[in-house]
Amino acid sequence: MTDTTYSLNVNGADRPVAGAWLGESLLHVLRERLALPGAKAGCEQGECGSCSVLVDGVLTCACLVLAASAVGASIITVEGIGPAERGEMTIVQEAFNDAGAVQCGFCTPGLIMAVHDLLDRHPDPSALDVREAISGNLCRCTGYGRVLAAVEVAIERSAR
Amino acid sequence: MTMAPPTGTPGTPGTTARGVAGGLGESARRPDGGPKVRGEFAFAGDLWADGMLWGATLRSPHAAARIRSIDVGPALAIAGVATVVTAADVPGSANYGLEERDQPVFAADVVRYAGEPIAAVAADHPETARRALAAIVVDYELLPPVTDPELALTGEPLHPDGNVFRHLTIRHGDPTARGPVVVEGTYEIGMQDQAFMGPEAGLAVPAEDGGVDLVVSTQWLHNDRDQVAECLGLRPDQVRLTLGGVGGAFGAREDVSLHVHICLLALRTGRPVKVVYSREESFLGHVHRHPARIWMRHTAEPDGTIVSFEARIVLDGGAYRSSSYHVVANASCFAAGPYRVPNAHVEGLGVRTNNPPCGAMRGFGAVQVCFAHEGQMDKLAAACGIDPVELRLHNALDHGDHLLTGQRIDGTLPVARVIRETMALPLPEPAADELLSRPGAAGRTTDAPHVRRGIGFAVGFKNLMYAEGYMDGSEAACVLVDGLATVQCAAAEVGQGFVTLAQQIARTVLGVERVLVAPAETASMGSAGSTSASRQTWMSGGAVEQACLAVRDQLLAHVASTLGCAAADLEIVGGAIRSVPGAALDVDIAVEDAAPGVPFEARRVFHHRVTLPLDADGQGDAHVSMACAAHRAVVDVDPELGLVRVVQLATAQDVGRALNPLSVLGQIEGGCAQGVGLATMEELVLEAGKVRNASFTDYLIPTALDMPEVVTTLVEEPEPGAPFGAKGVGEPPVISSTPAIVAAVRAATGVDLTRVPIRPQDVALADRPR
Ligand code: FES
Ligand code: FES
Repeated sequence: MTDTTYSLNVNGADRPVAGAWLGESLLHVLRERLALPGAKAGCEQGECGSCSVLVDGVLTCACLVLAASAVGASIITVEGIGPAERGEMTIVQEAFNDAGAVQCGFCTPGLIMAVHDLLDRHPDPSALDVREAISGNLCRCTGYGRVLAAVEVAIERSAR
Repeated sequence: MTMAPPTGTPGTPGTTARGVAGGLGESARRPDGGPKVRGEFAFAGDLWADGMLWGATLRSPHAAARIRSIDVGPALAIAGVATVVTAADVPGSANYGLEERDQPVFAADVVRYAGEPIAAVAADHPETARRALAAIVVDYELLPPVTDPELALTGEPLHPDGNVFRHLTIRHGDPTARGPVVVEGTYEIGMQDQAFMGPEAGLAVPAEDGGVDLVVSTQWLHNDRDQVAECLGLRPDQVRLTLGGVGGAFGAREDVSLHVHICLLALRTGRPVKVVYSREESFLGHVHRHPARIWMRHTAEPDGTIVSFEARIVLDGGAYRSSSYHVVANASCFAAGPYRVPNAHVEGLGVRTNNPPCGAMRGFGAVQVCFAHEGQMDKLAAACGIDPVELRLHNALDHGDHLLTGQRIDGTLPVARVIRETMALPLPEPAADELLSRPGAAGRTTDAPHVRRGIGFAVGFKNLMYAEGYMDGSEAACVLVDGLATVQCAAAEVGQGFVTLAQQIARTVLGVERVLVAPAETASMGSAGSTSASRQTWMSGGAVEQACLAVRDQLLAHVASTLGCAAADLEIVGGAIRSVPGAALDVDIAVEDAAPGVPFEARRVFHHRVTLPLDADGQGDAHVSMACAAHRAVVDVDPELGLVRVVQLATAQDVGRALNPLSVLGQIEGGCAQGVGLATMEELVLEAGKVRNASFTDYLIPTALDMPEVVTTLVEEPEPGAPFGAKGVGEPPVISSTPAIVAAVRAATGVDLTRVPIRPQDVALADRPR
């Protein structure tokens, strides 16, 4: 396994990655080398959305991207989506917390990223748009009922 | 109370009866909610330690084989590989198991299922570990796998313990009694997977005392600890387990998975070892819901009154026992559903095969039989010419009635009420016709004129807590200093919200808002039992309540002694210690200020009432309590393509008392989703015992586009003997949701569907009325 050294721009900061195997996914590098375990590895096959991050503003499954191919891109993870202050939350994060959208929470970071992505593009989506937008994020605990409620709360609060 | 479909912000904190926000009965926020939405919550797979190695497991690709030899040499020769362990390296007991130790840590000479662990490696990188696994040479002599439980029943033993995990007979009433109306059917349930989102993960760190510290995602820390210690040849106190963040469980984490392997690797290398299963390995590495074949015959009077019930239930337990013994009991005891059945004969069988091991999954035996008994009830209604809902109401169990086991229902069981309240819920509004909301959704294949709508109904029930004389207990501790309470219990938080409940209990009992929940671990706490059987609210909620009550009594005694009054003169109301009405003194002190710097501590173990084993006829007071729910499903079906879309589920559930209505709603909706999955898409497909679809590409679970709106009514009839009157709520939602959906598909298509999940060909290729 040949090791390489490169640098990724994550949450606005340049983060050197030293001695990494070239075959590592962006998800692996974020989680295991850059101490950013917010994105989760639910399937590593692009099916569950738990690893969702933004790569140059595009919602992306970090498990499907080679880390070394993301050099030069701007990567935003769940750790970087909200206010930097400890304990602060975005409107979406707060809505998830308030509306009961979180149970085990394993799907939650991915859903937070997907909902941010949706609301950035469509501030006032239809109910079916919301379902479609999060249909790439599997959740086994909630049955999505409270997740959908949280999105409604976030839309309502964003409109204020 | 009725809950509308998703809107607004339910459960804004208000005040409890005692005036402290976030107490019992409120939809208090989760203490881990903030960290979870920010991505800061540490799941077991998020952990990391200096100098850590990566562990990985080699699994048999064959369902039945003899192992002639294992050569780990080529793996050890790979740079970066620290160690390879096999059965020969297990220092203690070679076997583990949830109830009986019948499952090898590593297969030594015989392989009994495809996916059985053969060896484990520790290496400097997960990729190195994978390459090492590929380099291990195992010489297998292949055997024909026994995958049909009926053949296993009469065939050669696959294991020294034989092929029958349990054969339970229930004989109740008059075995010869028969009614004039007879309905009979055979029903099949495919193998469902719990498919929690966070794969199995752990971090093991070798300790100076020769023991090991393990952080792991599990449902039952202490049972794991005992099994790990036995296999490692260590004392239980040398194996210290702490709960890592758990990404869902649903029964699949009740059995040991990576625990022994990872500890062995850590002890062998003297270094911390991390193991995280891939999704494929997760599908192979935990037990599944038992596939079942169930025959039932009901006889009744022409007015629909059930006269007799017969059933033969065959559950495929796979290669090892896990909890099969008790799944058989549940399937048998609740086989007839929540109906009065005066005369019954049930044969329940759990059988060993070369299929993957099966064990606990949410609903635990009740799910399989509910699909069958509800199919029967619809048939019986048709045979009697009675409305299917009326037939169920006519036979519905209630307080004071008896189960098949002869046990009298001495608690609440409002079966008729959940049926009526479900039927009272509104039917769905006619929706705008959009491609995405037709059957097949994202496939966009269905033409609107082909779509047919159907409505189906089902009701189910099951027991809460362990049964048959099991001496169950849970320990909790509480410390109160200056108005800050800390509660500790080894109950596994797996997403269900026990940590929230523990805070709510402490707030209500102690009149303080600030409550910390300490980590769940084995070193300082006794067992809390398993997070399963809908038991933690009752058992560990009960333990937390008792510990908090003891602390409250100490606090009141302390304050009373400083004031020179009797403790009985004082009570906690709304965050303050007050004198009871009529007391000589007038006291009003904030709990926070009542005893500066004085700690109050208590530890309590909670037990439920004693249950009894079943006798030779399957009779006895074996169960603590029961809960029921009803579901009404509305579906749209494209009969040409065999595609089903569930449009709405309506459900009323017997919850005793809703201690956190928002959490209860989350359990109901989440359980309904698993019921939708079993009805319409979820099945582990086996071929010669091998799982063919161990991925989320091929094992489908419902997405947000598959899930219907769920409309819910909570039926609150407090359960006598239950802490706060609350029943466990996790399981009833998965029991009758599946049969309700299937009934709706039958209604839409006229096809007599007797198997779940419904596959497109079951509808599209069936003979059906035109
Ligand atoms: S882990 Fe990337 S989509 Fe599942
Ligand atoms: S909350 Fe557990 S998977 Fe979504």
